[in-house]
Amino acid sequence: LAALPSTPNPEFMSVEKITERVQATTYNNFYEFGMDKSDPERYAGQMKVSPWSVQVEGEVGKPGTYAIEDLLALEPMQERIYRLRCVEGWSMVIPWIGYPLSALLSKVEPTGNAKYVEFITDMQPEVMPGLKSSVIDWPYREGLRMDEAMHPLTLLTFGMYGEVLPNQNGAPVRIVVPWKYGFKSAKSIVTIRLTEKQPTSSWMQSAPREYGFYSNVNPTVPHPRWSQATERRIGEGGLFAPRRKTLMFNGYEEQVASMYSGMDLAKFY
Amino acid sequence: MATRSKWLQCIAAWIWPSSTEVPTLSATHIAWAKPLLFVAGMYPLLRWFYLGLTDGLTVNPTEFLTRSSGTWTLVCLMATLLVSPLRDWLNEPALIRLRRMCGLFTFFYATLHLLAWAWWEQNFVLADMGLDIVKRPFVTVGVVAFLVMLGMALTSSHRAMVAMGRYWKALHRWIYLVAVLSIIHYWLHKAGKNDFLEVTIYGLVLAALLGWRLWRYCRPKRAGFK
Repeated sequence: LAALPSTPNPEFMSVEKITERVQATTYNNFYEFGMDKSDPERYAGQMKVSPWSVQVEGEVGKPGTYAIEDLLALEPMQERIYRLRCVEGWSMVIPWIGYPLSALLSKVEPTGNAKYVEFITDMQPEVMPGLKSSVIDWPYREGLRMDEAMHPLTLLTFGMYGEVLPNQNGAPVRIVVPWKYGFKSAKSIVTIRLTEKQPTSSWMQSAPREYGFYSNVNPTVPHPRWSQATERRIGEGGLFAPRRKTLMFNGYEEQVASMYSGMDLAKFY
Repeated sequence: MATRSKWLQCIAAWIWPSSTEVPTLSATHIAWAKPLLFVAGMYPLLRWFYLGLTDGLTVNPTEFLTRSSGTWTLVCLMATLLVSPLRDWLNEPALIRLRRMCGLFTFFYATLHLLAWAWWEQNFVLADMGLDIVKRPFVTVGVVAFLVMLGMALTSSHRAMVAMGRYWKALHRWIYLVAVLSIIHYWLHKAGKNDFLEVTIYGLVLAALLGWRLWRYCRPKRAGFK
């Protein structure tokens, strides 16, 4: 894969051990390619990621189609090491490359009605066997509240481990929202839509009791089928390592908690 | 040589059941088949060791082993429930002598599955385990199924069978409940992602195995009407 030069952002240099690249690129959820963790690595190589463009639409002053080259050049690339917590109870530590999504959103001039941002993942039926599954009403859709999307932690992401994103990790462009469960960080994005009403994400539609719009990492709000109090760090100590305690907002509480002050996080899960 | 040809006969009988109007399997055949069945039953365990030594347990080994042990429990359970129908279809009453080992392997993998949960999900913290059992139907159902199986495993010896008399049969019929609970457990596990393909396949196999029993149970009554 092509190298993607970037400047490490000293604010996000983790003291935790970074997950090995081979683990972060072979153990993925990307249901367009199948439901097995190994399916994305097996099949995503066929995905066409060039040419690529992202449609920005909805409540924006400057809607339009942005070629991936323009997005890559929009802002200087920075490297940030974030924890990634999957709703399934495992976690990784990954060095991402990108810039805050806010840079793009400001550029397209959101209107006063823009309250939410919806992200839509590409569909390539000829190379995505998972699209035949009815688990999700395709295409995959995710969403954020405007303040969440504009938050400096929310990263428009183009690379990881010093290179452009491998296809199975969401090439050529995805978002990374480190204080939310991993599925909120939509991959291989083709549409960014700003809306007035809260969009219905794919998982809210598919299993509303289990997956809410916010899906903030929260050890005190269990999933209906398992506790979220602990997590297994991938690559940490094999069979004998105990699970780690999950941190509120995945350890980013200081930066993001104020966005949810006064909200009942058990109700808005 | 004599035993060998008998063994071949036995295999042939399994492959071409129609050719066996009269039972051909004797106690000797069963004595031969038991070690083979034991090796077959050890296959999942040996496979895990092999995968462990060759870096094949995925990057999340604990999850892989937890799920794999659950799957193999279900496979063994279906095999156990297949013994009686097979006995009737092939007209080989002696086959029933293999059922206990199938049942005990089911219990063995269920135990590993439970231990995987207790260790890797709950760090063996009793309070957390209790909470998980009470709060989550998915876990409750699994634990209830295990406890029923435990009762059956503890009374699986010949001595227990004799001592319990007709109560033995009554207790061991609970296997049907265990089978239904296992499917519910698996279904609840998959429900979150609406991923029902595998659980539907297992469910259909179980429906066929239980359906055959229902059909057999009803059959004499129907004959009586004639």
